[in-house]
Amino acid sequence: MTGFGVVFYFEPWWVQIVKSLVIFVVVFAILPVLIVYERKLLGRMQSRIGPNRVGPFGFAQPLAEIVKFAVKEPFRTTTSVGVLYRVAPAIAILTAIGGLALVPFGDVQHVFGQRVGLYGIDVSVGPLYVFALAGISFYGIMLGGWASGSKYSFLGAMRGAAQLISYEVSQGLSLVGVVITAGTLSLTQIVHAQEGLWYFIPQFAGFIIFTVAAFAETNRAPFDLVEADAELVGGYFTEYGGTPFVSYLFAEYANMIVVSGIAVTMFFGGWLLPFGLHPPGWVDPIVVLVKIFIFFSFFVWVRATLPRLRYDQLMSLGWKILLPLATLNLLVTAVLVAT
Amino acid sequence: MTYNPGPDVIEVIRVPARNPIAGAYRTFGETLRGLKTTFARVVEGPVTIQYPEEKTPVYPRFRGRHKLHRFEDTGLEKCVGCSLCAAACPADCIRVVAAENTPDNRVSAGERYAAVYEINLSRCIFCGYCEIACPFDAITMGHDYEMSDYTRSDLIFTKEMLLAEAIERTPLRAEGE
Repeated sequence: MTGFGVVFYFEPWWVQIVKSLVIFVVVFAILPVLIVYERKLLGRMQSRIGPNRVGPFGFAQPLAEIVKFAVKEPFRTTTSVGVLYRVAPAIAILTAIGGLALVPFGDVQHVFGQRVGLYGIDVSVGPLYVFALAGISFYGIMLGGWASGSKYSFLGAMRGAAQLISYEVSQGLSLVGVVITAGTLSLTQIVHAQEGLWYFIPQFAGFIIFTVAAFAETNRAPFDLVEADAELVGGYFTEYGGTPFVSYLFAEYANMIVVSGIAVTMFFGGWLLPFGLHPPGWVDPIVVLVKIFIFFSFFVWVRATLPRLRYDQLMSLGWKILLPLATLNLLVTAVLVAT
Repeated sequence: MTYNPGPDVIEVIRVPARNPIAGAYRTFGETLRGLKTTFARVVEGPVTIQYPEEKTPVYPRFRGRHKLHRFEDTGLEKCVGCSLCAAACPADCIRVVAAENTPDNRVSAGERYAAVYEINLSRCIFCGYCEIACPFDAITMGHDYEMSDYTRSDLIFTKEMLLAEAIERTPLRAEGE
């Protein structure tokens, strides 16, 4: 019982360290595979094959690319701003990793006589933690774009700032409906509250709003105006190469995993299975990972389908449609729960 | 005279009225339709031809790298060194130097033969005029199109190279394919 509210730190310190290491290593081992998977799925959706030269079915492609990025010459523009230019990618990836801590991969299990929760931390403020980290991750984008000293980076960063702030509001409000229904902010408690009925049925409007806002929050198509490679070269990471670029790239995909994990937790019953299935506890992380994978595939599917929005369309969608809808959803949910 | 269509020909497509509800419904429907389209591509499978391993078969009249021919029965060269191909060549890439056949050195069926026959394939535009100009069908266009090389001088093909049996690297399209 420490810190803010009710936090169950029943585990010894070394279990928490091992746990965080395992989550970090597993997710970062999955990330390159996801990147190749995205490229292959995008290819299939465009009647292509995608990368298939390196390794079996092209799945060693990220290894080759990591080597390529790692041996690149570090460079900076003469107009770049000192230490901020180097710190910005680190902020981006640190916040992305920080978000991973919250995704619950399973319930509390008994491992070698220890009670171990299959999640990084179970904070009593749940989604707020995610939004706090998302708020900090803006700095990764904004500082990176500004400190590059390039107008394209700067334009991308400014677009990113406006977009992220606009959509964070709707995203937050759409989650409040779930929180009201579950009556708790703890993500594991929310999953437990979904036994019987996953929240994407009663909170369908909230789910749609959350999904749309999640696309915008992770800077994915059709909301990838921040990168907008046709107009802005590469957006806020135009002037980055080598490993800083990789950290931006990994931060984007880690953010997608976090957002998918939050969506799975809030709307798709986390580690729960439908049809009254109750597998043993060690299956839980696999269930969550499969659900995250499906959600990730949906991200890729949408990327292959929808064209990029115009900037004013993006703004009016965020403020004129999503925000009123999210507010209405919240009010209706609140009234229904109260009665 | 201006084209004046009757009222039964003109089809007016009107922009849908600005209705937020209908617009949202339309947007949602069109998004789903787009998602269906991309998913159908996954079901169909890729159309890629993995080039170095798989090749598109060429048509019989495909104009690839030239070939020089011999008579099959006597083994004599068909080319008589008339230089008509060089004259017809718009890119000026064929060089022919003729020499007289002698009884103890009979190379071609005619009076003369090509002592030097070179085609500079880096200049050739594969128009096939040489093939048309040739009175003895001594030069024809083959089906080989993979001719990249590291130096320009390697692309000057001599008579021996053009006469040699070509390595069939290119599949020929079957009848009706």
